[in-house]
Amino acid sequence: MLRRILALMVKEFISIVVDPKSRIVLIAPPIIQLMVFGYAATFDLERVPYAVYNEDRGRASRDLLALLEGSPTFQLAARVHSDREIRPLLDAKRVMAVVHVGPRFSERLLRGEPAPLQVIVDGRNSNSAMIVLNYIRSIVNQYQSPAGETAPAGLRVRFWFNQNLESRWFIVPGLVALLTLVVSLLLTALSVAREREAGTFDQMLATPLRPGEILVGKALPGFIIGMAEATFIVLMAVYWFDVPFRGVIAPLYVGLMMFLVSAVGAGLMISALSVTQQQALLGAFLFLVPAIILSGFATPIANMPPAVQYLTFLNPLRYFLIIVRSVFLEAASFEVLWNLYWPMALIGLVTLGAAGWLFRRRMY
Amino acid sequence: MDRNAGRAEVHTQADAGQDSPLLEMAGVTKHFESGKRSVTALQDITAQVQKGVVTGLIGPDGAGKTTLMRLIAGLLLPDSGTLKVLGLNVIRDPLQVQAAIGYMPQHFGLYEDLTVQENLDLYADLQGVPRSDRPARYEGLMQMTGLGPFTARLAGRLSGGMKQKLGLACTLIKPPAFLLLDEPTVGVDPVSRRELWQIVYQLVEEQGMSVLLSTAYLDEAERCQQVVLLHQGVVLGQDAPSVFSNPLQNQAFLLSSKRWGRRQIRKQLHGKPGVLDATISGDRVRLVTDSPMEPEKVTDFLGPDAELTVTPVSPRFEDAFIALIKDHTDTETEAPPKQESPSGVSAKSKDGDVIVVEDVDRRFGDFMAVKGIHFRVRHGEIFGLLGANGAGKSTTFRMLCGLLPPSGGRLTVAGEDLRAAPARARARIGYMAQKFSLYSGLNVLQNLRFFSSAYGLRGPQRKDRIDWALTSFGLEPMADMPSGNLPLGFKKRLALAAALMHEPDILFLDEPTSGVDPVARREFWQRITQLADARVTILVTTHFMEEAEYCDRLVIMAQGEILGGGTPAQIKDRYRSDERPDPSLEDAFIAMITSDSEEAA
Amino acid sequence: MKGPRHSDSPSQKRLMRLGGLIRKEAHQIVRDPSSIAIAFVLPVILLLLFGYGVSLDAEHVPIAIVVEQPGRETAGFVAGFQHSPYFAPEIMHTIQRAEQALMHREVDGIVWLRSNFAQELLGPGPATIGLIVNGVNANQARIIEGYVKGVWSRWLKHTALDQGMTPGPTVAVEQRIWFNAEMRSRNFLVPGLIAIIMTLIGALLTAMVVAREWERGTMEALMVTPVRIQEILLGKIIPYFILGMGGMAVSVAMAVWVFEVPFRGSYGVLFVTAALFLLTALAMGLLISVVAKNQFVAGQIAIIATFLPAFILSGFLFDIGSMPKAVQMVTYIIAARYFVNILQSLFLAGTVWTVVIYNALALGIMCLFFLFLVRKRMKKRLE
Repeated sequence: MLRRILALMVKEFISIVVDPKSRIVLIAPPIIQLMVFGYAATFDLERVPYAVYNEDRGRASRDLLALLEGSPTFQLAARVHSDREIRPLLDAKRVMAVVHVGPRFSERLLRGEPAPLQVIVDGRNSNSAMIVLNYIRSIVNQYQSPAGETAPAGLRVRFWFNQNLESRWFIVPGLVALLTLVVSLLLTALSVAREREAGTFDQMLATPLRPGEILVGKALPGFIIGMAEATFIVLMAVYWFDVPFRGVIAPLYVGLMMFLVSAVGAGLMISALSVTQQQALLGAFLFLVPAIILSGFATPIANMPPAVQYLTFLNPLRYFLIIVRSVFLEAASFEVLWNLYWPMALIGLVTLGAAGWLFRRRMY
Repeated sequence: MDRNAGRAEVHTQADAGQDSPLLEMAGVTKHFESGKRSVTALQDITAQVQKGVVTGLIGPDGAGKTTLMRLIAGLLLPDSGTLKVLGLNVIRDPLQVQAAIGYMPQHFGLYEDLTVQENLDLYADLQGVPRSDRPARYEGLMQMTGLGPFTARLAGRLSGGMKQKLGLACTLIKPPAFLLLDEPTVGVDPVSRRELWQIVYQLVEEQGMSVLLSTAYLDEAERCQQVVLLHQGVVLGQDAPSVFSNPLQNQAFLLSSKRWGRRQIRKQLHGKPGVLDATISGDRVRLVTDSPMEPEKVTDFLGPDAELTVTPVSPRFEDAFIALIKDHTDTETEAPPKQESPSGVSAKSKDGDVIVVEDVDRRFGDFMAVKGIHFRVRHGEIFGLLGANGAGKSTTFRMLCGLLPPSGGRLTVAGEDLRAAPARARARIGYMAQKFSLYSGLNVLQNLRFFSSAYGLRGPQRKDRIDWALTSFGLEPMADMPSGNLPLGFKKRLALAAALMHEPDILFLDEPTSGVDPVARREFWQRITQLADARVTILVTTHFMEEAEYCDRLVIMAQGEILGGGTPAQIKDRYRSDERPDPSLEDAFIAMITSDSEEAA
Repeated sequence: MKGPRHSDSPSQKRLMRLGGLIRKEAHQIVRDPSSIAIAFVLPVILLLLFGYGVSLDAEHVPIAIVVEQPGRETAGFVAGFQHSPYFAPEIMHTIQRAEQALMHREVDGIVWLRSNFAQELLGPGPATIGLIVNGVNANQARIIEGYVKGVWSRWLKHTALDQGMTPGPTVAVEQRIWFNAEMRSRNFLVPGLIAIIMTLIGALLTAMVVAREWERGTMEALMVTPVRIQEILLGKIIPYFILGMGGMAVSVAMAVWVFEVPFRGSYGVLFVTAALFLLTALAMGLLISVVAKNQFVAGQIAIIATFLPAFILSGFLFDIGSMPKAVQMVTYIIAARYFVNILQSLFLAGTVWTVVIYNALALGIMCLFFLFLVRKRMKKRLE
């Protein structure tokens, strides 16, 4: 039995390496996606264009605005001198925010009165708007901190695991999970469908190979390649993107194994259900898109409506994303993670079982 | 309809000297790039097509027929050479040529999700047929094709024969001066094939159209007035078909013996010096010698012991083709595989019915692919399932191999239902699918290794079988070639080798020789009959009527039903009549279908 | 029967051919549910999925409030969190317990009031409130920080007023958020999604149907008729353009009625720019199919080349200005980028001509470029 499985695996590996379509799925898109996502997918803002409308001639306003100008987050794009000029700037997206200093700003501060600082933000992208407001607030706080000691209580903020709030530390470990899923799913989803289309699946079913053996022989290559792919991206994350790896390897790889079992299972199930490669591709797409959106990869699961949140429990990516990020940044141990392992194993068992069952049942 | 009259005409026309030919090709060469390799599809083609006749472009699959058709229609550009159609330069003015010709691509180029009428309307619009002319035109076409009652039916729901006629009607919407038909008779039943030929001759005779028709069926060559014979991208000859076969007068004979069976006669004859070809025909053997011979001399081949009865017969186009390609590709056919009688696996199985099929149905949705068929296959015989595409052969076949569950009825192979059977039972069968279904990315050796392991061979036994496969199928020189790049004949050999790795005692072959040239086909059957001699039970499907002659017994299927069965000779006997003293299997088949539909009506 | 009358002029014939092709395509669309599914069902499913699945608005953030010594002062502070819709606070009494909860991801942050909080507050120096946020999801962490600061500053004001103190000389930031005052992320995500979904759908529609003709051999039959390439292309674009516009209308209607995104611009401008964008997407699909010639490869390219880049690089979710310069250059060739801009403005800001004209111009150039490439690559031959 081992021999037969081994023969199947050898065949599978040779076909993957020889077939240009499979080879390309393995190499080019993951690297391109890693690079593009790693650099482009960030919620951090840099060089935010803003305009200043300063009606005040005092020192206070000059000092405050200088702080703003000195910040790397902001880039002064225009100075305006009347209310009328504000609207076109914001409308045309030439600036994201306008800082308006009223005529008696410095004077009021000197007199000990509260001085209003008006900030107008383009809310079309509410997330960026909120970030811009937060940045401006913290600069204002910085400006008045020497004097602000009078407040009865100060807030001391610390961010655990990601001191400087770098989006990349969040996105790049997430890519380990995302790209591994895409590769192993596409590979296995196409593997049976390709053989069905070429007629080799019939040929194989007519041999004494048992469905269980075929299943293992088909699953293992996807599993091994997924392992290699994930290892490559982990190395890229650490050595290219400089994301700290604070945990230990073992909890990550146990999680990766469970995750790959579920991903390969889903892929083989899609494959067993489809007759042509095209159907398999469509099936993989219809699985991947919701799996990515409803995983917490880019936006938190907690923000989704409750019904949708329940749906995410079926998504293996959801669990593994937490594992990768926790091991990378939080140095998480088995004790914290074990609750995330068994749902993936369960998904894997169900999908693999279904795939094996379908191999013999679905044949036309 | 008999077409002998047409043939006689050709000679007079040829002698009279025609005005300039309709199609002139000179030095046409075409390469295709596939990856790094460049494949020569056509090499220095020079040929003409005359006005007002039916010209056949004849050659096996892969000969370059379709490429040549596309070049003539202006769909491809040649690498070199000139093409002139109706005096127009195809390379320079493809649009003008396309406006003047009609072209039916392979698989008829129909929109299967449109109705018959919508397909006709579309092509009428594209051809710019004025609306006022259409009703009359449609009526004529419907009358010719018999599609009148089906205008509202989706083209995809038509039978193969009706699709073919609709495809033809669409190309005839605006009557072209020159009609190109690319493999119009593939995948249709013999009745529809006959009807197509009638229509083609009707067009030529009544409307003065000229037709160029490509086909891989060599027997169709005899229906053409002119033949261009294409093989491996080269023109082997161009003339009237009789001109090809006439030189072989007095070289063809039918043999039978009181002492030997037909297979044994054929085996003895095969490879003997002076023998060009020996095939099985009914319960006799058809022999073609390489030089004219007196019938009495023929007995010398096998000595007096054989007690041969020799009947001279007239040569066929296929004989000429074999003679030509044997000259042309001077590659010796492989020495017949010396397969030692396979180890006594079969000895333990009792004689009796190995395959039993009782009242088996198979439906797909609301479509009955197989309707209540039953037959039995005896141990050690070659059993044939004969029928056109869509007759239900492959469905039956897949059910037997356990790849498809039947909707009803019972079917067993060696006493077991392969679907539920343990792996052990599957180890006794060999399976060769219709399409080449080995791993095309893997090389020959890797494929053999995989299948031998899949069949559970190991150690020295596995090595022996792989060596056996490489040597006796002549695959050694290409052991590390990706099997997808093998020539078709070698692919078939490899597929058969893979199915035989484990010395099965039951062998399933689905259309094993479709697409290969006649020489390769003979060689293939040589191996199969040898296996049968070694008491391997063989079930084979085919749509080649002449191939069915090799079977010990066969059933004929159409539209999911078995029309009749028996030995080839019995079947032919049933339809022997005064008009047809020597019916072919195809004649019998047509007679069966027509009587069947009459009963239904 | 022979010799058709030459009553029709060449231009009439051209119209007849085009009409025939369009009618054929329409019949196929009606019979084959897959293109209708792609045009109408796919956008609805994707919009629902994304519209509900993608949200940056955190609500009920689980947060631990460590109160080491409960009292009147701490109760006032904690009440601020309990009344906020943004937080689901859980009171704890030791920081160890809270840190444990943070490690197990039971809470996203910890607000820490030490045992000496009341003392410090009443004393001369400022009291310290500790805030620890799980920074793994940097964006979420920033949002939580912002929310906490909001609660904190409101509490500051109240205590100051309660104690009859006037607030010190402070700069009070007065925020005005234009176009999206409630700061709903759905308001900008949904219009952006329409652009992304329509990129995918436009390209898939044409890529698949042209590839299908190659695969089934019907293209070969078309090619030998007197039909011209332009007619074949138009015969594909016109029906799928109409279908795609239908899908667009469904998407816009869903945005307005289901997701309640305000539409402040002009429907006329929306129609014109949507048409331009759809043409670009269809042309892109045609180009893919001319290159790929089989449905499998065409589908794969359509998904990889349109959907992912549009998702990441169109600026609908991630700010283009903050990407590295090299990546920013790439975004200029993403058609969705321009349409996302137009849509977000039309929905939230109204018809801003500077935005509309500049982006529409870019779309127009891309559209012509793609059509030109298609025309050049597609020959009336099979090679």
